[in-house]
Amino acid sequence: MPSYAILLGRQRHVFDDLKAVMAAASPEKSGDRLAGIAAETNERRVAARYLLADVPLKTFLEEPLIPYEIDEVTRLILDDHDAAAFTPVAHMTVGQLRDWLLSYECTTADLSALAPGLTPEMAAAVSKIMRNHDLIAAAAKTSVVTGFRTTIGLRGRLSSRLQPNHPTDDPEGVAGSTLDGLTYGVGDAVIGINPASDNLEACVRLMELFDRLRQRFDIPMQSCVLTHVTTSIKAVEAGAPLDLVFQSIAGTEAANRGFGVDLKVLREGREAALSLKRGTVGDNVMYLETGQGSALSADAHHGVDEQTIEARAYAVARHLKPLIVNTVVGFIGPEYLYDAKQIIRAGLEDHFCGKLLGVPMGVDVCYTNHAEADQDDMDNLMFLLGSAGVNFLIAVPGADDVMLNYQSLSYHDIVSLRHSFGRPPAPEFEAWLYRMGLLDTNGRLASQASSDARRLIDFRASA
Amino acid sequence: MSNPIDLDPFARFRTVTRARIGLGRAGDSLPIRAVLDFQLAHARARDAVHGHVDFAAMAARIGDRLPVIRLKSRAADRSIYLARPDLGRRVDPEMLAAVEKGNWDVAFVIADGLSAAAVEAHAEIVLSACVRRLGDLKVAPVALGEQARVAFGDEVGEALGARMVVVLIGERPGLSVPDSLGAYLTFGPKVGRRDSERNCISNIHADGLPHETAADKIVWLIRQALRLGLTGVELKEDMGGAPALPVSP
Repeated sequence: MPSYAILLGRQRHVFDDLKAVMAAASPEKSGDRLAGIAAETNERRVAARYLLADVPLKTFLEEPLIPYEIDEVTRLILDDHDAAAFTPVAHMTVGQLRDWLLSYECTTADLSALAPGLTPEMAAAVSKIMRNHDLIAAAAKTSVVTGFRTTIGLRGRLSSRLQPNHPTDDPEGVAGSTLDGLTYGVGDAVIGINPASDNLEACVRLMELFDRLRQRFDIPMQSCVLTHVTTSIKAVEAGAPLDLVFQSIAGTEAANRGFGVDLKVLREGREAALSLKRGTVGDNVMYLETGQGSALSADAHHGVDEQTIEARAYAVARHLKPLIVNTVVGFIGPEYLYDAKQIIRAGLEDHFCGKLLGVPMGVDVCYTNHAEADQDDMDNLMFLLGSAGVNFLIAVPGADDVMLNYQSLSYHDIVSLRHSFGRPPAPEFEAWLYRMGLLDTNGRLASQASSDARRLIDFRASA
Repeated sequence: MSNPIDLDPFARFRTVTRARIGLGRAGDSLPIRAVLDFQLAHARARDAVHGHVDFAAMAARIGDRLPVIRLKSRAADRSIYLARPDLGRRVDPEMLAAVEKGNWDVAFVIADGLSAAAVEAHAEIVLSACVRRLGDLKVAPVALGEQARVAFGDEVGEALGARMVVVLIGERPGLSVPDSLGAYLTFGPKVGRRDSERNCISNIHADGLPHETAADKIVWLIRQALRLGLTGVELKEDMGGAPALPVSP
């Protein structure tokens, strides 16, 4: 494998291989430092970026960062590569791709056509030489639209996941958080709960709770219990009212094995959900979560930087034609993303790379209490993602997840972003909100007195 | 909002969830009281993460009853500790060399982990309650670990020559509980033990698992582990009581 070298003034910077260039070119991340692959100096980081800008895109097809023979994700990336779609940019370097993405000539239609021709490594490489502004501007041109009972990702819309987690899955407690969120118009992407238990019966009880709520108020919505894919398959076999199959995924075969999955079982999960034919406006039946650092924490990163590995997870995602995918960007902790600067950067990278690769990308704008971040930083990231045209964001009551012990956005934040950017919820869900009188004639929250909010809140989980 | 008790449509949920529901709003934003309540909870959690355990005072108090050794990890300060978990799992080499090997059934390590508040509030009480129940066993000198993670106990237990180690450690604070203590039990402690080879009793705090109940569970696990010669997924904590909530250390 050829080494890469550049002379800057009197200093010659040499890198062993493309993997080392990619790692050194990455914006500072504690996870890359923990892995011992981050740039040792600031100058060396920029040196790597000069080199990366001149790498032809074709190189990524010829020199896989993780060998084809040992990793099924690499095989998926190269076997699924659409050479015809790649043609318009096949002659370009990474730097030329960056300039073209930002040019007036590059349109939404161009990017949609290009997506299957790009590999995750190309997307990751170009993101490393893009500033936050560039990541926002280019992502805002992309469009990835999916559907189940609502249509998500339409231009000018902002969807949200309602996350009603409860430490013991108490049905009334879960209902309280869910009903509160619905009155704010949250939940058009999914009502998705992280169950406290992976027990099949407990998961099915939650599915039934959400399905009863949906039918009672005729809500165009989908629900998801975020349990392991194998538990979801069993739920389908047991006849449970399952809308979406969930799974956490990562960008290497070994890291996916750490999650107890491979491509085969993921495809089986999708087939199981498809067999139920529960979608009305679309048949995207998967919900997937990712996050920088997960492969490193499983010691399954093959010396590749955490952001490139994350982008590789999107190749797994797009293979499964998901309804929604999100990075849980600040959840993993400060050993992978140290502070708000790193979390915000990673959130913008993940959203850009996902959208560029044709993935219906959302973000859990979040942080843990041992990271150097607070709610002001989440305000910043949510507005940046609003500008970037994010498909959906996650929200929990008062921004406080009482089960997973971390902070995300609040229901209020979703309302605020919708008003600030003039982006209402998914059209089917929006129509329901009007039917229930939850939105006023200006699309703002109606006063509770003039709506069916009280009827909604009086819903009994045990009924 | 003049009569919040009568007008609160979420009243019936408040006994079954701590979630911040039915907060009301100021325009699109949270009302000021909800904003400040959140900030107070976050401030307490942050203070717990960045607080210092007064290990000198703790060593003096414990030292009245039991032999104590004070240790530090290889993480020099809190910011290194947070960014480099690998360093928090290892003992400072010079300090480690000074640890005397013995022949002990069980060693206790008190580690600051991610909540100084938890260690200050609960660690000594739980330690004493455990030791009181273990009069028939050989208990090693109590090790105090500064800037230490769970796996820190593996190297300490190995150096002490203990058959098993119990690490009492401050858990990652949530907004509702900044001072939750966890107890991690590992049979045959040595560097490189996996998390699947440990048992954990978590959520020891005022609104969670009471000290005496926690001690009962820990001691039950110690005796089972010594009898079976293992800890981890093959040793189920089934002496009864409510299951512990999931908490990441």
